Amino acid sequence: MSERLAKLIAEQTPVAGHRPWPRYEVDQAGWIVAAQALGEGGGDLLGLWGEKDFVHLALRVAGAATPCVISYRVKSADFPSVGRYHAPALRLERAVRDLYGHAPFSSPDRRPWLDHGAWGLRAPLGPRAPSLRRDPAAYDFLPALGEGLHQIPVGPVHAGIIEPGHFRFSVNGEIVARLEERLGYVHKGIDGLLTDTDMERASRVVARISGGSTVAYSFAFARAVEEALQIDPPPRAKILRGVMAEIERIANHLGDIGAICNDASFSLIHAHCGIFRERVLAAADRAFGHRLMMDRIVPGGTEDAGLGASRALQLMLDEIEKPFAEIVRLYDDTPSLQDRTCNTGVVSKELVEKWAAGGHVGRASGRNFDTRRDFPYAPYHDTHFDVPVFTAGDVDARVWVRICEIEQSIVLLRRWLANLPPGPARVELPNGTGEGIAMTEAFRGDVLVWVRVEGGRIARAHARDASWFQWPLLEAAIENNIVADFPLCNKSFNCSYSGHDL
Amino acid sequence: MRTLLLRSLFLRAVTVPAPRPDASPPPAEEAILAELGKALEVRTRRLFGRSITIREVDAGSCNGCELEIHALNNAVYDVERFGIKFAASPRHADVLLVTGPVTHNMRVALERTYAATPDPKWVVAVGDCAAGCGVFAESYATVGSVEKVVPVDLVIKGCPPKPIDLVKGLLELMDRATAKPAAKPPDQPAAQA
Ligand code: SF4
Repeated sequence: MSERLAKLIAEQTPVAGHRPWPRYEVDQAGWIVAAQALGEGGGDLLGLWGEKDFVHLALRVAGAATPCVISYRVKSADFPSVGRYHAPALRLERAVRDLYGHAPFSSPDRRPWLDHGAWGLRAPLGPRAPSLRRDPAAYDFLPALGEGLHQIPVGPVHAGIIEPGHFRFSVNGEIVARLEERLGYVHKGIDGLLTDTDMERASRVVARISGGSTVAYSFAFARAVEEALQIDPPPRAKILRGVMAEIERIANHLGDIGAICNDASFSLIHAHCGIFRERVLAAADRAFGHRLMMDRIVPGGTEDAGLGASRALQLMLDEIEKPFAEIVRLYDDTPSLQDRTCNTGVVSKELVEKWAAGGHVGRASGRNFDTRRDFPYAPYHDTHFDVPVFTAGDVDARVWVRICEIEQSIVLLRRWLANLPPGPARVELPNGTGEGIAMTEAFRGDVLVWVRVEGGRIARAHARDASWFQWPLLEAAIENNIVADFPLCNKSFNCSYSGHDL
Repeated sequence: MRTLLLRSLFLRAVTVPAPRPDASPPPAEEAILAELGKALEVRTRRLFGRSITIREVDAGSCNGCELEIHALNNAVYDVERFGIKFAASPRHADVLLVTGPVTHNMRVALERTYAATPDPKWVVAVGDCAAGCGVFAESYATVGSVEKVVPVDLVIKGCPPKPIDLVKGLLELMDRATAKPAAKPPDQPAAQA
């Protein structure tokens, strides 16, 4: 089937001005061929999004060197469902219908996803038909039938300091028979805010899609815009971007490792990781003037780092590297902790391959993919680093992926900080027109950003978080585990709500 | 683990210490924190006897604000030593710390959380989004600032506010709370606790 898809693609002429991957406009038959190929394992789904008259599908055909985008012009307000053949597309399609009104026909799941009936509008980015507000709690959860099963509803407001979402557990005693997620609570209308707007506003919105990944999002957005306008940022900016991205990764992984151990009632590691994380953020603040480094990466380059930035960051690395190694040893040497993390929340390799799940979720279950290495971009394209891959697929493996990634990030940072290129960190943007796409590796996995620039303005942009392909696997991970292990599993995934809800 | 514990017997606490007359002055930010902490402790004691309890509600945030609120509990800021504690249930809370531009999809949940919080209660809107000047202001999907949904006693600006600003903000809340009672609920069903 993927040969049919490869043949179909070979026969198409790409749409002009889409870079660096080709974009093809296909007819209904072509769209269905792509959907079927995905369903038969002929490629990875990288994104699916809508605009007024189109739906777009980003995919990597198995064996092909570069990914591509396939577009279908929507006729009579619908398009052939991809989810019908390839389940990972289901939630994305439901989102497209909620926002634009394009209905995926013959989709097995017709329930709304982001639309909770609270907007007073149907298809707010499409026909904008007024609609009656409905009870936000009304939602058809899939039935779980069986003797002794009962339900536990959790959320949207959760017990910790975390984002909102609803989890519906069907349990048998303390064993989870099924978890179903309901998301969309923090939907802010980002696709709408990224339609017909100026570059500066768009950059600020993109930087706020998911606060913990602000660097990764701005990085992908900047690269997509630069591709569209065919400009090259200065060498200094390229390195600074890598520096910020790795600092962000370290800070988040530290937070996660601590939080996972805390949920396994081992607060000593949590306390230490909290201190390390604070040191990292304080150094980021000294070097870049913002603890999370928000708005520092912009199309055309970066805001320059402050004087003494590399010194501040190097000192921070010196300060945390050894004590972190000690904490890792402690994790490794504590059987009571591993008793909780090993064999808990296992995800199979088949599932992560099918969902093309990135980040620690994919790499803990044997999916050997990292955007930095596999779709290389500056400053990673000409430097070596290891991509840790584990196969157990449990909470423990997801912790280890994070630990090894921190170690690799430190290596990369030391290499770059010793040699920051001088010169300007930003170039002016021309007033051009074009389409661009880019993927960067956030701490959670791959973030994809697509843009259409017209006369220097953002005509339309879309961002897809790694979590879209990880949330559904959390439902699989918790199956047959005890309810009490859910926080542990959830933390080990740490999917983004805001990045997903958009 | 044993070495770690042993060593910690001889290490200085990472928590920002209260200034002592004989010690050399700590860095600026740490000094502020120590001072704020002292002041805050006095006020919490006076107002609540011993402590205040906070329930955090993300009403549509990008999660940036949550990351910094989290930091209040780490060993460096450690607000628990001042009598400030985060609770899992609004029923245990004195203060709601609300972030984000309130999304339409979170509106009801925020209203219900407010209603579930016993009187007297205070609401702190955290971050530029919650204050109403964030980038998500003009969207079909957002109601806007927290104030549009529940009465707000204090706004802490920043995108996101730094942990030190959050500590300062909580201090200000104490000041106001001692001066006047909690903001009156507006005439809307949401507030009928
Ligand atoms: S104020 Fe800034 S950090 Fe906080 S939720 Fe809004 S965008 Fe995110």
